[in-house]
Amino acid sequence: MTQFLSYAIPGLPYGCVFALMAVGLVLTYQTSGVFNLAYGAQAYASALVFYVCVNAGWPNWAGFLAAVVVVAPLLGLAMDRFLYRFIRSAPVLVKLVSALGMLIAIPSALQLIFGNQARLAPPSLWLAPGAVYFHLAGDAINGTELSTVIVTLAVVLLASLMSHFTQIGLRMRAMAESPRMVQLAGINSERVGIAIWVLSSFLAGLAGVLLAPLFAELQALNFTELLVAAIAAAALGSLTSLPLAFWGGIGLGVVQELLGGYLPSGTVLSSGLRPALPFAVLIVLLLALPGLRERWFHDDPLAGCDPPPPPMAATIGGHGLEELLRGGGSLVLAVFFVSCLTWVPSNWTFTLTQGIAYSIVFLSIVLLTGMSGQISLCQATFAGIGAFTCAQLATHFGLSVFMGIVAGGAVAAAVGVVVAMPALRLGGLALALATLAFGLLADNVGFQYSWSGNGETGVNIPRPQLGSLNFTSGKAFFVLAFILLIVCSAVVLAIRQGTTGRELAAMRGSELAAASIGTNLAKLKITVFAVAAALAGVGGALYGSLQGTVSPDDFNSFLSLVFMVVVVTTGVYTVQGAIQAGMAYVILYQVLDYLPSQWRNLFPILFGLGAITYALHPEGVVEWQKRRVVETVVSLRKHPETVG
Amino acid sequence: MALLEATGISKRYGGIVALDNVSLFVDQGEAVGLVGPNGAGKTTLFDCLNGVRHIDGGRILFDGQRIDRLPVYERARLGIGRTFQRLELFAGMSPREHLMVAERVHRGDGRLWKDLIGRGRASAPVPRVEELLVELGLGAVADDPIESLSQGHGRLVELGRALAQDPLLMLLDEPSSGLDTRETVGFAAVLVEVRARRHTAMLLVEHDLDFVRRVVERTYVLDFGRMIASGRVDEVMAEPVVRSAYFGEVT
Repeated sequence: MTQFLSYAIPGLPYGCVFALMAVGLVLTYQTSGVFNLAYGAQAYASALVFYVCVNAGWPNWAGFLAAVVVVAPLLGLAMDRFLYRFIRSAPVLVKLVSALGMLIAIPSALQLIFGNQARLAPPSLWLAPGAVYFHLAGDAINGTELSTVIVTLAVVLLASLMSHFTQIGLRMRAMAESPRMVQLAGINSERVGIAIWVLSSFLAGLAGVLLAPLFAELQALNFTELLVAAIAAAALGSLTSLPLAFWGGIGLGVVQELLGGYLPSGTVLSSGLRPALPFAVLIVLLLALPGLRERWFHDDPLAGCDPPPPPMAATIGGHGLEELLRGGGSLVLAVFFVSCLTWVPSNWTFTLTQGIAYSIVFLSIVLLTGMSGQISLCQATFAGIGAFTCAQLATHFGLSVFMGIVAGGAVAAAVGVVVAMPALRLGGLALALATLAFGLLADNVGFQYSWSGNGETGVNIPRPQLGSLNFTSGKAFFVLAFILLIVCSAVVLAIRQGTTGRELAAMRGSELAAASIGTNLAKLKITVFAVAAALAGVGGALYGSLQGTVSPDDFNSFLSLVFMVVVVTTGVYTVQGAIQAGMAYVILYQVLDYLPSQWRNLFPILFGLGAITYALHPEGVVEWQKRRVVETVVSLRKHPETVG
Repeated sequence: MALLEATGISKRYGGIVALDNVSLFVDQGEAVGLVGPNGAGKTTLFDCLNGVRHIDGGRILFDGQRIDRLPVYERARLGIGRTFQRLELFAGMSPREHLMVAERVHRGDGRLWKDLIGRGRASAPVPRVEELLVELGLGAVADDPIESLSQGHGRLVELGRALAQDPLLMLLDEPSSGLDTRETVGFAAVLVEVRARRHTAMLLVEHDLDFVRRVVERTYVLDFGRMIASGRVDEVMAEPVVRSAYFGEVT
């Protein structure tokens, strides 16, 4: 028993932080219908501001005021007023992509402002972190842990007192029950909504400041993982119950530490599973809780009382324009091909070949999200599976790298089927969360073994060789990559123009109607998920062979999120969009490389902001501009006299 | 033997009994109404018949086959077509494409490998689809974006999409809602004509009794999840139990 307690007690501070976040998430989801994926970024923002203030010599209480009482609510309020408010009744895809944009843009924006140097030993909010205050069941309780637990309990006590004994508390509880009924009762629901955003952002900020000193370094990624833990805790309360979400968070923190204590130490399982527990719990919950599934099938607590969302279609189009764009695209591609073989310097050829590999990975997002309306947040993981399969087969079984690339695609497809099968019944939000959790699970456990990604060391992939043909030179490899891109694009185009593509478009439009004309949605989703995983796998293997050495870091979950945001910005509906995305991705990176390192943060900021325009320009803000320009040029040529 | 035979259907949502031991049948080529006040369980019954919801008790026979455990798409392939009360259209597709995709799925032409070798492409116009477009009066708007169509045209597209599957039975869920009087009369005429030409059986949920009279021979009345009457439209509507369900007790 003592041993059990000594393992369990260190989990309490983590549990408290999870619980705070979970409660905040449920609050805003229930009342505004927006699942705020940027919540982790809000926690990070407060933690960073607190760190900066304290390091500048401010007293802790002043830092706390600035970070948690001022910055956190302002940030949350700004997000609600300038973004979420306008997309409350939008399709779940729009809401997710917009929140994702914020999740990616906010941490980078902060690093651009405050610098991106390493921030070691984040300060503790209240009690001295080093000091041991007392012993409990053999555990030395230090100031960080003690203050985290005390502050959490105090805040939760205050919040529940407020919700039960004040006017605004009563209104907030009513809002959580039914926003529409609150309006009908003559209450200004917008004002209550603002209060809820302030409260929930305050909780995020507090959680961020409390969590930071539990890690040795202040890193944005820790807060993304915190977010997933909070989502898992919220899922324990079926995303509706505040008390269940709170206790779910506490329980998750405790079980995490228990696992760390009881699992044999020194193995990948013990070092990986402990941090990965929330993701595993989330996946199991999504699959096992029928109530949760049902809830997500309707995917929006406000659905049914709001008017149907506006259609998602390109705002500028028409047949002539489509053909013109297609022709122009082919021409650009041909010029690009010839240029790379002739005058482009070799370091840029390398960069552009990278762009081709990314384009192939991005084709999978076009297929899944653009053509089918499904959201997968683990496409980088599938790319990793492709690369590591290729590497392992080539180094250990002497398979040719060519076959390895194909095998990489095949294995990724097989894993894709395994992931898609249970996730099938989930739509929208739940599928996104399940794939996000799967990706994080792969980061922490799956890719750490020597037979897969080999942890930090990574694996080697040689360049392919075909008989006497050798692809070690940059130009030869470029040609190979280019051919692969054409083949993969042709596959996606064939699917789009064929019956499957029309069925996918139908499914995107209305799953209900697609099923009632006889479409087997389950089979269709598995098929498209598998093909998309295969594309990502091929792209990943190609990327690996180009680089020579790749490690799990090249395919981590955060990249999956970035990929999504990049493609959505450049054009998620078309094959051209995927290629634009691949090229934009590498070229922008290369260009930013010439600037001071801090400016590299511009990259996620630009694409993050691009993603939040998704609601306005579903075809992608870059694609939209391109179409506008082409259309203007065409109309100028047709009616030159109307100018001026 | 009846084309559709539902016996003792029950459906509960938690503690609420939405359908309580409901039975009905539709013969080959017959048009049958299903009326009842709001919240009577009409749409729930439709959902159970085409498989969107699973029933908690009873059984459903279609064309001699037990279908109550089959998923939606299999029931559709057996020949149950459906339209929706709140339009369920495919954003970004034209009316012609709506009909084409239904027709292709019906032909079982959705194999991925066929698409990959270019066999699944739409090259020539499909005669069945063109015929339907003309029959329903959608010829002029066949290539317009679906978002630009009126509610009335949207209803026709849904009807056409269901007919493109060549169904034996059509489930029509309040086709007149959102239509003006002229459109409603027009839609009823289209239904009558479709049935005369194709002998498709129809089960029609509808509030507009004029509309019901124009289209069906007999009707069922559903109230609070129970079937309270059935028979010819005017006779049924004269029954006291039906009048009280619609208008409350008349003294």
